[in-house]
Amino acid sequence: MFSAARRTALRGATSLPQASSALANSLSRSALRRLLSSLAILEQREGQLNHGSLSAITAAKKLGGPVHGFVAGSNIKAVAEEAAKAEGVEKIIAVDNAAYDKGLPENFASLVVENIKKGGYTHVIAGHTAFGKNLMPRVAALLDSQQISDITAIENENTFVRPIYAGNAIATVESSDPIKIITIRGTAFPAAEVQGGSAAVEDGVDPKAEASAEWVSEDLAKSDRPELATAGRVVSGGRGLKSKADFDKIMEPLADSIGAAIGASRAAVDSGYADNSLQVGQTGKVVAPQLYMAVGISGAIQHLAGMKDSKVIAAINKDADAPIFQVADVGLIGDLFEKVPELTEKLKSS
Amino acid sequence: MSALRILVPVKRVIDYAVKPRVNKAQTGVETAGVKHSMNPFDELSIEESVRIREKKRAPGGVEDICAISAGPAKSVDILRTAMAMGADRAIHVETAEGDEGALEPLTVAKMLRAVVDKEKSNLVILGKQSIDDDAAQTGQMLAGLLGWPQATQASRVEFTGDSVEVTKEVDGGVETVRAKLPMVITTDLRLNEPRYASLPNIMKAKKKPLVKMSLSDLGVANERRLKVVKVTEPAPRLGGGKVEDVDGMISKLKELGAL
Repeated sequence: MFSAARRTALRGATSLPQASSALANSLSRSALRRLLSSLAILEQREGQLNHGSLSAITAAKKLGGPVHGFVAGSNIKAVAEEAAKAEGVEKIIAVDNAAYDKGLPENFASLVVENIKKGGYTHVIAGHTAFGKNLMPRVAALLDSQQISDITAIENENTFVRPIYAGNAIATVESSDPIKIITIRGTAFPAAEVQGGSAAVEDGVDPKAEASAEWVSEDLAKSDRPELATAGRVVSGGRGLKSKADFDKIMEPLADSIGAAIGASRAAVDSGYADNSLQVGQTGKVVAPQLYMAVGISGAIQHLAGMKDSKVIAAINKDADAPIFQVADVGLIGDLFEKVPELTEKLKSS
Repeated sequence: MSALRILVPVKRVIDYAVKPRVNKAQTGVETAGVKHSMNPFDELSIEESVRIREKKRAPGGVEDICAISAGPAKSVDILRTAMAMGADRAIHVETAEGDEGALEPLTVAKMLRAVVDKEKSNLVILGKQSIDDDAAQTGQMLAGLLGWPQATQASRVEFTGDSVEVTKEVDGGVETVRAKLPMVITTDLRLNEPRYASLPNIMKAKKKPLVKMSLSDLGVANERRLKVVKVTEPAPRLGGGKVEDVDGMISKLKELGAL
């Protein structure tokens, strides 16, 4: 359709002199801006907007067209009104129905698909979170679109950048699908500010599809510390901690001394030192805080995939050859059972 | 409850312990001469299927465990591994070597839908993601195409009467969902610890049936929606700064503005 026409135009333009090529490019871009429109899928839990999910709005804004947000659940009005304040969003589509409270993909996917069709969106964006990962591929399949997962950058309306092989390679891919289904890496797109915006709130269509699965229960780790995925500082423990008791005894005071979230390596999780939800890495969470402090973590590639975009990496390890030291800005070789309590004390008193 | 006919898709990927290198032409990752293995999450899928049978967890029993892989000729190796771990038989959907043969998740999901119909599968257990493309899509797409319920990132699977209860890893903890068969489940690391294939089982696996097919046999085209423009190395970090003691660490962190 349009994208095919644009490619043909661009292909023709490449043989022309630079100036007219640029002109053709900018012409088709401005034409596109009128056609392009994005839907950002926002998350809510028990009537609370998940502010992390506002990253989807930031990503959608980069595409250039109008941005609408989407929320669904029971008594969704307050959530929709809060989301309407997000900077850069034109409209919030809200569907008030308790059937969508738990985000079950069996009915939520149909709901999203119907609203995409109604709104005629060219781009649909959600976070690469447990919710987004569960939902979006199902939406993509229903629309016969090949999803683009976990993107870290947007080059243009068709071209996206995403890490592959646990972040050991960065792929730039161009999509030919008319509707692009995208999940974004939250650490690569800051959440849109919930101020300054004054979007209209509109009721979406509700296909009332039957949910073929039912939600039974949940057990979420309760913590007063900042949330791992969005924390400004993260202290992370590995197998070097030796036991759950030691993990808690060493890591918790360290985290509290600098107001950090606690993370863990897969080795620590597998050994039962820390909960699975704390795992940082390719198969766990991806974090990019101001400070990432790795304690007793060797730095396997799967772990580095989850933290190597951190601003400053500090490492404490007794093995001078541990791969973590190759990426650490500040490395200290020593026994963590001596060094970390000393560090904690000095940080507390400073 | 009817007996389970479990389909387990497995993928041959670069071994998880190998650090991949981007090729010179920047079109992909160097795969020639690099150790490949079964995607780690797929090992969990096979293991779980075999345990469901061994522990007689499904009231109706397990009638069949069929492993399937789409890929070049060498994918047979991982199908043999799957059978050595306990799968009854295998299907190999052969595709071309290298990039030409690589299938996008949507294509794999369409292929699996055709196989599910053909094999009358009522449970498909996939890994939550493959460690090469890191897409985390195929299981969900398959469930969508089939209109079946899905439970992703499973850490526990239980059968009660005619329904399946699955505990899933979600951000911040776990969530439990329940659905009736047929359904699609994707595995997470905590689900189980895959067994090693013993030598006698490796020998036995050589005699188990392995059927070859092509995508066209299943009525699916290898249609590409995403064009890889380029693949590059990530920007390297200039690490390696060492300090002598805790005081040195604190002052360096302050200097870098991290404290």
